[in-house]
Amino acid sequence: MKLAVLVNEGPYTHQASDSAYQFTKAALEKGHEIFRVFFYHDGVNNGTRLTVPPQDERNIVKRWSELAEKHKLDLVICIAAAQRRGLLDEGEMKRHGKDASNIASGFRISGLGQLIEAGIQAERLVTFGD
Amino acid sequence: MEEEMMEGGGVQKKFMFVNRKAPYGTIYALESLEVVLIAAAFEQDVSLAFLDDGVYQLIKGQNTKASDMKNFSPTYRALEGYDVEKLYVSKEALAARGLTEADLVVPVQVLSAAEMADMMESQDVVLSF
Repeated sequence: MKLAVLVNEGPYTHQASDSAYQFTKAALEKGHEIFRVFFYHDGVNNGTRLTVPPQDERNIVKRWSELAEKHKLDLVICIAAAQRRGLLDEGEMKRHGKDASNIASGFRISGLGQLIEAGIQAERLVTFGD
Repeated sequence: MEEEMMEGGGVQKKFMFVNRKAPYGTIYALESLEVVLIAAAFEQDVSLAFLDDGVYQLIKGQNTKASDMKNFSPTYRALEGYDVEKLYVSKEALAARGLTEADLVVPVQVLSAAEMADMMESQDVVLSF
C-alpha cells in the first residue's frame, strides 16, 4: 500500500515521533511504500541536526536520517512551522540573513502543499500527534 | 475511496480537518487553518469539524489584545471566499459548554456524534488538530 505519514509533535517530549518512526520502519519492512513523511507543528523539531541526546538514549533525529538514507525516504519539514521555531536550511538562512542553518541530512524544507499532495497521492495518510 | 478527476487533470479528494482544541492555548488551531487554506488552493473538497474545546475557535467576540496573540477568528468568515463552506460543529460539544449556533462567527451545520461519525466515515483524508 502507498502510505504517507504526518508527524505533529516534537522529539522526546511526546510519543508521536517515536510511534511515527516505528510505524514507518515497520511499513517499509513489510514492503509498503512510504510516499512522504511530513513534519508539522512542533514535529519540525525532529529535523534539527543540532540535537545531542545522552549516548545511552535513542537518537531520534539520527534515526530518521538513517531511515531516509536506507529507503530513499522523502522527509519534509513544513516551512511555515519551521520558520516560527528556528529551523532553517541554507537557502532560508541566506534569505533571512541568519548565521546558521540546522537541517539534518535526509530532511528538506518545503510548503504545506506537500502535505496536501501526500494526502492526494497516498492511499492512507496516517497522523501521529496529540 | 471516491476520487474524481477534476479539470486540469488533478485528483480531488475529500479532506476533513478536525479541530479539537481551544484557539490560543496551543498553536494547533492557527496552523490547522493554514493547511485548510492550502487544501482549498489545491481545489480539494474541504470540510472542517469542530469538536470538544475546538468549538471555542468559532466563538464571537474574541479579543486577544491582552494576551498578545493574533486574533485569527476573522479567517473563519473568509473561508467562504475559498469555497470552504462545509463547517460541522459537534452538538454535544456546544451543549456541554452552554453554547448555541448564535454564539458562533459563521453559519455552521450542527451534527450529533453519530452524524459526525458518518461524516468522517465519508472522507478520504481526515486530519485531526
